[in-house]
Amino acid sequence: MNDPTIAALFIFVLASFAGFEVINKVPPTLHTPLMSGANAISGIAVLGAIVIAGDREPSITMILGAIAIVLATINVVGGFLVTDRMLQMFKKKEVKA
Amino acid sequence: MNGIESTGLNNVITNGIQIGYLVSACLFFVGIKRLGSPATARQGNLISSVAMLLAIVVTLLDLNVVNYVTILGCIAIGSAIGAVMAQRVEMTAMPQLVGLFNGLGGAASALVAIGELWRYFGTANSPDTGGMISILLGVLIGGVTLSGSLIAFAKLQGTISGAPVTFPFQQAFNAALLVSFFVGGGLLLTGGLNQSMFLGTIGISLLLGVMFVLPIGGGDMPVVISLLNSLSGLAASAAGFVVGNSMLIIAGALVGASGIILTVIMCKGMNRSLTNVLFAAFGSGESSAGTGVAGGKTTNQSVKTVDPEEGAMMLGYARSVVIVPGYGMAVAQAQHAVRELSDQLERLGVEVRYAIHPVAGRMPGHMNVLLAEANVPYDRLYDMEDINPQFETTDVALVIGANDVVNPAARTAKDSPIYGMPILEADRAKHTIVIKRSLGTGFAGVENELFYGEKTMMMFGGAKDMLTKLVSEVKEL
Repeated sequence: MNDPTIAALFIFVLASFAGFEVINKVPPTLHTPLMSGANAISGIAVLGAIVIAGDREPSITMILGAIAIVLATINVVGGFLVTDRMLQMFKKKEVKA
Repeated sequence: MNGIESTGLNNVITNGIQIGYLVSACLFFVGIKRLGSPATARQGNLISSVAMLLAIVVTLLDLNVVNYVTILGCIAIGSAIGAVMAQRVEMTAMPQLVGLFNGLGGAASALVAIGELWRYFGTANSPDTGGMISILLGVLIGGVTLSGSLIAFAKLQGTISGAPVTFPFQQAFNAALLVSFFVGGGLLLTGGLNQSMFLGTIGISLLLGVMFVLPIGGGDMPVVISLLNSLSGLAASAAGFVVGNSMLIIAGALVGASGIILTVIMCKGMNRSLTNVLFAAFGSGESSAGTGVAGGKTTNQSVKTVDPEEGAMMLGYARSVVIVPGYGMAVAQAQHAVRELSDQLERLGVEVRYAIHPVAGRMPGHMNVLLAEANVPYDRLYDMEDINPQFETTDVALVIGANDVVNPAARTAKDSPIYGMPILEADRAKHTIVIKRSLGTGFAGVENELFYGEKTMMMFGGAKDMLTKLVSEVKEL
């Protein structure tokens, strides 16, 4: 096992703990938006896809990367938009005179 | 450009990219944090999307990325498809959509891992041990997420039956699949690269995802969707290990954590362990056991019925009404009729509240979204813990298309499969009106004593139809 992988493991474990702390107290009303928002963030794989699709020479790797970009962007854009669509429906009771 | 200058420029850009990632990671955490409160949630989502945009732009600055036309073209295609899907989806179909998006994210992560390894085919090199393990994990988690999500999507959409699919030696078969994945992975690690062996591990991963979701019943989908959401994050993290990108690792871990938390909440809501949900094929005995018991019981227990006219009187002259919406209401698309009824009741001075069970709907918090869509203010929606003590002082509990979540057997019948499941105590209200098509059993296949209770009145019919009648009757009060 090499050093970069261990360093990455540190980042992963610490980010997981931070994630648990941040998300732990979300009220049930927001569970669906939280999930679809988190879902959009999982489309972060698009970065990896860009890195492998960015090669100078055409290759199978590049093609796989290009497909991955399309799939991940659907996830990202669709996820954020649909979350916003849901959240704009959440309203408090309008004050009636 | 001479060598030294280009190295200097390289450093500036590399450092700039890392700083950009750091800012973006912080924004993700702030965004998710803000998603935790209804007042700031929309802003939180916006912050997260800005973080994503920043991360993408920064990645494009990478000097090794030269293929801009293809990349931007692909991003444009993906954005267009995603935007259209997000615009068109019905709120009732939200679980399917999130399921499908999960699958796409998983697929993208798996493709990154596969693509990275493909660089080494036809060369004498191979990735180091850490790199190879990362690639295999990326393929496994991403593959399972993809095929598992597609099966969950098909079950939720009704393309395939939501009932658990079981066959003899299922667990053993699945265990064998997993073992063969690890054997294949082990051989790739030690014996050098082999293209067909690698393709084999991809195939096994996909098959595992299918086998993992098939035996899980439609009613357990909130758990499955949460778990797949978590997996899609872990897949992204794995892809981050593969390409050595800390941004992927952090964002993936964040999603992984949120998915796990929601999974645990869902399991608690059903009083079942995660292993029970995943491996028990719950609800498969539904038809046989359920109707058998029902047949015996209905003969010696009387059911009181009520028509919309009388029901409207009870509701209209009550001081407080608690509405308990279930999935039946969502299926009937009756949320707007529910809202109209509560408007009319409020006009008469009735206090109307909604009691939401943690697993109402087909994904965590689904019922809240459906009611929000019908313009029900969110401060009227009460969680189980908050509303349960208040049922005793409630005049009428109106149960619409819910069953297992209001079954008192969960409190009393030790031999019942749902014993111990937290329920909404609608039976404790002074009167309970249940709108339901029939006395049929719910997802758990358990007879519901509530329907035969002293204070319970059944209003047989479709949720939307009955509610519309109730609304017009209440209008005349």
